Amino acid sequence: MMPMTMEKRGAFRAGLRDGVPIAMGYFAVAFSLGIAGRNAGLTAAQGFVISILNHASAGEYAGITAIAAMAPYWELALTILITNARYLLMSCALSQRFSPETSLWHRLGVGFGITDEIFGVTMARMGAVEPVYTYGAMLVSIPSWAAGTALGIVAGNILPLRVVSALSVALYGMFLAIIIPPARRDRVVGALVLLSFLCSFALGRAAGAFRLDWLTGGTRVILLTVLLAGGAAVLFPIKEEECHGG
Amino acid sequence: MGGNIYIYIAVMSLVSFAVRVLPLTLIRGQIKSRFIRSFLYYVPYVTLAVMTFPAIVETTQSPVAGALALAAGVGLAFAGAGLFPVAVCCCLVVLAVEGVLVA
Repeated sequence: MMPMTMEKRGAFRAGLRDGVPIAMGYFAVAFSLGIAGRNAGLTAAQGFVISILNHASAGEYAGITAIAAMAPYWELALTILITNARYLLMSCALSQRFSPETSLWHRLGVGFGITDEIFGVTMARMGAVEPVYTYGAMLVSIPSWAAGTALGIVAGNILPLRVVSALSVALYGMFLAIIIPPARRDRVVGALVLLSFLCSFALGRAAGAFRLDWLTGGTRVILLTVLLAGGAAVLFPIKEEECHGG
Repeated sequence: MGGNIYIYIAVMSLVSFAVRVLPLTLIRGQIKSRFIRSFLYYVPYVTLAVMTFPAIVETTQSPVAGALALAAGVGLAFAGAGLFPVAVCCCLVVLAVEGVLVA
């Protein structure tokens, strides 16, 4: 490994520091993800590997749901593509903040680390993206995410039903923390979130009432995302600066 | 085709990796299509909202506890609370409500 300059070492340390609160949040949320994984029949080692490689709350949750349903491989791939589609946009936004001479390896390394939170802290830094800063944040938070997942799979057994029931909403709490603040700032997003709640509820009920077995939870997510986000994009195209929003 | 856990893990991880690194490595300039940029902008909100409701109400032992956790989560997030506090408070609401209702 190349020796780090003082400047790089400082950025790396700052990344480690900013990674700590992310790691704490990840651990609790990953634990509830582990409970979902346990219900899907995953072992702790499998959950750990999935979390190290994917480190995506919504994507992993949707993926584990698809695995539990023994979905076809293409459906799993499409589900992950759709639930992680926001990382495409974040990756696009990050590419505008990279210095042009950044190597392919750093692009792959930082890209691999994109999550809502790591993207957020990376973009919040001034100037061009410093890959070592992002690596610091990743080094603290991603193992915590994976350990939380593995522990959720193992300890989901030991914990009383009431505690499991309580922890199972942590993930949804985190989703709310991601979608509600932008919904407050942007009226279109706010209306879209509300409409999504209603459509999700209605479509879920319809699937149950008419016994539409093909209309699984994962399929509903894909269908509603394409329809509602597509409709919003046609009716309310974004202004230029919003592409760079976190 | 489906059913092998290791193929499932490989498919998940490859798609996750591709989604994250492809724009960063391939697209050096800005995406031109306003529709695609708008679509991508709206995607996370719809996806996460659809996944959250009504699932949050159905995952708990008592639907009332889930509904109150949803209300608390929306309220706290609206007030600007971060990821960790919102997630923990939702859990505590369920723990408290089910302690009264389910016990």
